Amino acid sequence: MKPPPFDYHAPTSVREAVEVLAEVGAHGKVLAGGQSLIPLLNMRLAAPGHLVDINRVAGLGEIETDATGVRVGALARHAAVERSAAASLAQPLLGQALKQVAHSVIRNRGTVVGSLVHADPAAELPAVLALLGGSVRLASVSGEREVAAADFFTGPMESAIRTGELAVSAFFPAWDGGTAFVEVARRHGDYAMAGVAAAVRLDDDLRVTAARVACVSVGPAPVVVDITEACGNQSVASVDWGAVVAAVQERIEPEADIHATADYRRHLTGVLVERAVKAAADV
Amino acid sequence: MTTKLFGEPVRRREDARLISGQGRYLDDLGPGALAAAFVRSPHAHARITHIDVDAALEVDGLVAIYTWEDLPAGVCEPLPLLIPHPALTHGRTAYPLARDVVRHVGEPIVMVVAKDRYVAEDVCSLIEVGYEFLKPVVGIEEAVSGAHLVHEDVPGNVGAHLVQEVPSADGRSAAEAIEAAPHTLSFRLDIERSACTPLEGKGVYARWDADDQSLRVYSSTQTSTSVRMALAAKLGLPLPKVEVIAPDVGGGFGVKIVHPWPEEVLVPWAARLLNQEVKWTEDRREHFISSAHERAQVQHVRVGFDDEGRVLGLSVEILHDHGAYTPYGIIVPIITSTQLLGPYRIGAYRVEFSSIYTNTVQVTPYRGAGRPQGVFCMERTMDKIAQHLGRDRADVRAANFIQPDQFPYDQGMIFQDGRPLIYDSGDYPESLRKLKDLIGWDDFPAQREAARAEGRRLGIGLGCYVEGTGVGPYEGGHIQITSDGRVHVSTGLTSQGQGHETVFAQIAATELGVPIERVSVVTGDTRRFGYAVGTFASRAAVMSGNAIALACRKVREKALRVAADALEADPRDLEITDGVVHVVGSPSASIPLATVAVLSNPLRYAFDEEAKRATQFAGAASMDRPPVAEGEEPGLEGKDYYSPIRSTFASGMHAAIVETDPDTAEIRILRYAVVHDCGKMINPMLVEGQIHGGVAQGVGGALYEKMVYDEHGQLLNASFMDFLMPYATEIPHIETDHLETPSPLNPLGIKGAGEAGVIPVSAVIAAAIEDAEGLPIDRMPISPSDLYAIRRTAGN
Ligand SMILES: Cc1cc2nc3c(=O)[nH]c(=O)nc-3n(C[C@H](O)[C@H](O)[C@H](O)COP(=O)(O)OP(=O)(O)OC[C@H]3O[C@@H](n4cnc5c(N)ncnc54)[C@H](O)[C@@H]3O)c2cc1C
Repeated sequence: MKPPPFDYHAPTSVREAVEVLAEVGAHGKVLAGGQSLIPLLNMRLAAPGHLVDINRVAGLGEIETDATGVRVGALARHAAVERSAAASLAQPLLGQALKQVAHSVIRNRGTVVGSLVHADPAAELPAVLALLGGSVRLASVSGEREVAAADFFTGPMESAIRTGELAVSAFFPAWDGGTAFVEVARRHGDYAMAGVAAAVRLDDDLRVTAARVACVSVGPAPVVVDITEACGNQSVASVDWGAVVAAVQERIEPEADIHATADYRRHLTGVLVERAVKAAADV
Repeated sequence: MTTKLFGEPVRRREDARLISGQGRYLDDLGPGALAAAFVRSPHAHARITHIDVDAALEVDGLVAIYTWEDLPAGVCEPLPLLIPHPALTHGRTAYPLARDVVRHVGEPIVMVVAKDRYVAEDVCSLIEVGYEFLKPVVGIEEAVSGAHLVHEDVPGNVGAHLVQEVPSADGRSAAEAIEAAPHTLSFRLDIERSACTPLEGKGVYARWDADDQSLRVYSSTQTSTSVRMALAAKLGLPLPKVEVIAPDVGGGFGVKIVHPWPEEVLVPWAARLLNQEVKWTEDRREHFISSAHERAQVQHVRVGFDDEGRVLGLSVEILHDHGAYTPYGIIVPIITSTQLLGPYRIGAYRVEFSSIYTNTVQVTPYRGAGRPQGVFCMERTMDKIAQHLGRDRADVRAANFIQPDQFPYDQGMIFQDGRPLIYDSGDYPESLRKLKDLIGWDDFPAQREAARAEGRRLGIGLGCYVEGTGVGPYEGGHIQITSDGRVHVSTGLTSQGQGHETVFAQIAATELGVPIERVSVVTGDTRRFGYAVGTFASRAAVMSGNAIALACRKVREKALRVAADALEADPRDLEITDGVVHVVGSPSASIPLATVAVLSNPLRYAFDEEAKRATQFAGAASMDRPPVAEGEEPGLEGKDYYSPIRSTFASGMHAAIVETDPDTAEIRILRYAVVHDCGKMINPMLVEGQIHGGVAQGVGGALYEKMVYDEHGQLLNASFMDFLMPYATEIPHIETDHLETPSPLNPLGIKGAGEAGVIPVSAVIAAAIEDAEGLPIDRMPISPSDLYAIRRTAGN
């Protein structure tokens, strides 16, 4: 459990970082919090020739908040975002999701942006970004580009980031409604067997006017389903949950692994959709 | 200050050191040593066709590469079969490095020694091994079909087959008794594989001293004395030239009693050959795929009983998956077969087991060592009887209990120590009464109904066990009181965090009448104590505890003799308090033990002020007898051994209340209660700690842990990411109550407590889930996904 040999780079600016990344090309790997990458190296499942450690890069730790949403810098740790009162106010779903990401020791090191780039289909933050229609900002020697969540998560552990690019921040838009994240994991802090993030908007008569869910661990990437129609403009108490659950279950593609059957994941997602939407509607 | 510490909740003396990073674990030693790493088989069953090391030779920092061909006589032979048994007709053990066939993923093939572990692993990755694939045998069913063989010369993959039969009092066989019984049931039970998974894996660090021609080995082992003997034999070294030391060990739970491990032989061998220090620290993946697992069994049960639920006949057939090799013999299925009987008086009993080879990691004892499976079998049987008869589950157990006036109770079988299975003492009805009180057994049905009315599912379960502890053959203790008044205790068996330093010091302080601060304890160091068996089977407190007490009594007697001389008193009038010998009722006539220690060693040379008192012109010696009288020895020192006639039997009962989620099928333990009887408690706080740790491992086995092999023999969850050892967050608060039924077999009246906590947990949780769900739970562990599948099959 020792990594294979690699060259180590510790750039101190974004400019320097993208230059190194450009130089080393496909042999380079960015090291952020290391909570996912270091185990892969130690188990020799990854063998990059060059490790570009961005922890000394200035200006990447910021968490910027305004009425439109939260922009999280590449070095903002899970814990910092979780504890940011301003971020919680601007987008409560971030904190709701982060509480369920791993354990505090891992959240102290792991980064939100790293989690997005890592693109684990069982991870919470990609689902949050996808549900809210957020985006990731990528920098390279040829400039910056902003990629929408819908285009960013391309498969299990696969994102739209290109060789030579550094993700510098992610933007989580605000939502003028309720949100919730519910999941069932085998143990406290584990990746979920199934989980659902929900964003719901009600009118003055408490009828559902907009509702979307994002499901984790039931597809190659977060599965976002707009269930506004399935909710049938009803109040949460009178929604036909069978129809809502069916609408979601139609879209997911759960697979079996050693922790849960596909069947169970499908069922569980259905249960969690109802729970998440109810929690987001605060009833 | 009191010196009567036996029975007190003395705080663990080792903790300050261990929890503040002061522990010296294997990998903390020898920072400059060369590192060993191993090329291990990625295939479950294959013949090695060639090994090509050419590419690896270029790596900077490489020191040596060894394959089986390089090993000398002794080292190259198969590892020992530690516990032979007549029923183990086809015992097989591995070569330290695979000779031609590999039989499980993880089997070592090539050993690499390099300047550090990084380089060693780089070298491993460049060594190419060619394989001719053989059909892997995975799972008990496939193995017993015998279609493919793990060992060519073991037909049907059966390593051992043993039938034990205890007829009823009126001479009926189990089959006859079941046939004649008013009620009968038959069913199948399944238990999956788990493993000890100590947080510190194995490790060996060896130094060869060329000037002295001696070998010092540090090993993260549960038996340093036995590793030493094995090494001396394998390496052809004189025993006095080999020292083995177990440093701080970060958990064992059974896996480290197996020895010598391949690495335990190879690392010292290489250190001597290279004349350089060599160390190997096992990593987590290695531990998963190349140490040992336990538990997996399939059981077929037939039981006959009367209207009260009394068992008239019980017949159990066990298929035990022991993996690819049998270094530890058939101890696990023997324990399952014998301890299955628990606290019960069974009419007639027949148990048959086949111990089966598969192309998986070998199976050796893990805390509980076969008992969790036996107890699962018996307690599921009791629950099924109760359900069949519509009787209370606790009442059915009570109807079968051995009564307090029936001890010693002979179960008519041979136990794991080769001696009769005779229970020494116990009070099972009282334990059950306490348990029912603690958990609120009688009030629970009302609680369950109330919860059900709110749409919640609650269930309760209980389980009983008897655990043979303190198995022989022996342990020893050595006490030395030095002229500074310090008491040095040593025993040969090893510690893995249990708190031996505390309890052995308590025993010595109490026996000798000295403050505990003056007592130091050393375990597992062959330089200090050469004869020992090891730490396993909940035996350390019973075996070494009693040996230390006996050794203290010898030393005390001598101290009183020497002090009596000095004080011109009768030894019978003397007492030791706070490290001072004094005449009872006359406190001024006293002499500190330190001075007694000086006087006990007649000197020619004074090395300090105090020592002058024992020199030849000091006038203390009698002119009528030699300075060291016949039969005496110099020094205030003593050694004794404790060797019991047979094991002592602890017991206990657990109960749990669980809640199952009607929608998600999540399983939550709401309450967990334990009543425990390990005879006289040396330290109730440490007993409680042992119970907590055991229950935690039991919860792991019941709800989380299993080794998942695919059909190719690949272990799919060889990491803590996917092998779900429970966190503290998964462990319920544990409520405990104790009973103290002293053992009549040993001077301290104690029984073992190390494994107890883990034993009945799967049975208890299964019973509680069954009660909550109204569906039979016959397979453990159980996950939410499993429970969901059970519900679906049952159609709800
Ligand atoms: C025991 C354990 C449990 C966990 N449980 C959960 C969980 O329940 N839910 C969950 O979501 N996560 C979980 N994680 C993962 C954790 O959240 C990680 O920290 C996160 O997935 C990756 O963030 P990081 O900063 O550690 O990234 P790293 O490990 O440093 O990198 C991960 C990958 O992303 C790339 N990368 C990182 N940052 C950038 C960047 N700025 N630009 C380009 N590429 C980049 C790296 O090159 C690498 O490929 C767990 C981790 C552990 C060890």
